[in-house]
Amino acid sequence: MNRVRVLVGTRKGAFILTSNAKRKRWNVSGPHFAGWEIYHLNGSPADPNRLYASQSTGWFGQQIQRSNDGGQTWEPVGNKFVYDGVPGTHQWYDGTQHPWEFKRVWRLEPSLTDPDTVYAGVEDAAMFRSTDGGQTWQELPGLRSAKGNLWQPGAGGMCLHTIVLDPSDPKRMFIAISAAGAFRTDDGGETWRPVNSGLKSPYELPDASAEVGHCVHSIAMHPSRPGVLFMQKHWDVMRSDDAGGAWHEVSGNLPSDFGFPIAVHAHEPNTIYVVPIKSDSEHFPPDGKLRVYRSRTGGNEWEALTKGLPQSDCYVNILRSAMAVDSLDSCGVYFGTTGGQVYASADSGDSWAPIVRDLPAVLSVEVQTLP
Amino acid sequence: MIRVVLPHHLRTLALVGKEVDLQVEGPTTLGSVLDALEARYPMLRGTIRDHITQQRRPFIRFFACGQDLSHQPPEAALPDEVVTGAEVFRIVGAMAGG
Repeated sequence: MNRVRVLVGTRKGAFILTSNAKRKRWNVSGPHFAGWEIYHLNGSPADPNRLYASQSTGWFGQQIQRSNDGGQTWEPVGNKFVYDGVPGTHQWYDGTQHPWEFKRVWRLEPSLTDPDTVYAGVEDAAMFRSTDGGQTWQELPGLRSAKGNLWQPGAGGMCLHTIVLDPSDPKRMFIAISAAGAFRTDDGGETWRPVNSGLKSPYELPDASAEVGHCVHSIAMHPSRPGVLFMQKHWDVMRSDDAGGAWHEVSGNLPSDFGFPIAVHAHEPNTIYVVPIKSDSEHFPPDGKLRVYRSRTGGNEWEALTKGLPQSDCYVNILRSAMAVDSLDSCGVYFGTTGGQVYASADSGDSWAPIVRDLPAVLSVEVQTLP
Repeated sequence: MIRVVLPHHLRTLALVGKEVDLQVEGPTTLGSVLDALEARYPMLRGTIRDHITQQRRPFIRFFACGQDLSHQPPEAALPDEVVTGAEVFRIVGAMAGG
């Protein structure tokens, strides 16, 4: 029987939640790295027992941890992230130029085929790659050449938080940065170009349709249809049908099109999930009701999913990396909140139940479907 | 033998107890003690000093013999009591609670 492993990063450690395919009873392991911020942990698609975790604190900086046994034991690997050449400057909040400074790793994305190759998205925004299991890291500096001097930090910092690997083309990758936008490489990370055509940010940018500067919150793709991308932007839910060449809005009837994560159903490429948040000034669900919204039409037409979720007095947030799906039949959907709950649905979102209720604030959720 | 006391999170990272004993080659200075510590526990590189500049991280302090040594240069000699092992050299995470 299949098993599911849910990897949860929190403000005060990592937790690993496991269950069988029924997804009724859960085992909770953790905290791992107690007291440290775990922005992200993720497993290798090529070897599910190979996990990577980003561990950091403001006191002691960045660590990368690696596990070869599905998170039972860990070892620290390389933590030296040095920008290529002279780092230069980017825009600061007030529009002045500010030096690039490494702060932390937001995202770890293992290669689809090689457990020892892993990408890291960092703050201040840049992309690093390791080909030796995380022991050493090299920047892919071509990314910052894509008008990096015009990028600026969002409220959470200037973070590279999303890395999407194209399963049909190992040289194509998509990344997203707050607040710079979405970028694509077609040559394995040597060169990059902004892919933000169609995004509009009238409240955040002097030129609402600028080539870079948009606050993209997350991007999702279904592996069977890598040219179709879904985006939760600061405001607006967007879709591209040509690998980021052009975006159009699919917010439709959402109660708010502000939010952070976006996910695609494992077996239905046109079924997508978002969690509307009231606004950029009020980071909690509209009306105190925690509702996941599902579109079965690739956007525009949305239905509220509420069964098992609190429908009054709920004022948590769901951060950009804190929603994921499993690939069981039927598809499981998972998300974590800043209130420390991890909710799971084993029926594509029709009904929900908490796996755990009282973790530290959840920063990230990833799911592995195991044989 | 130099006795170094690490903060909690660095003990868990390096898998050591409260106190670490170090042999330091040559003069016992702030810099040479940190060099010896990082050589023995490579996972501590970057956690106390910046990888490149070797500057103390902003929220790290160095205390010994009732003195704050945080702003001493790397070549500064440590107190005799630390050199003889009578007193510990403390690496401290700066107080930043509520």
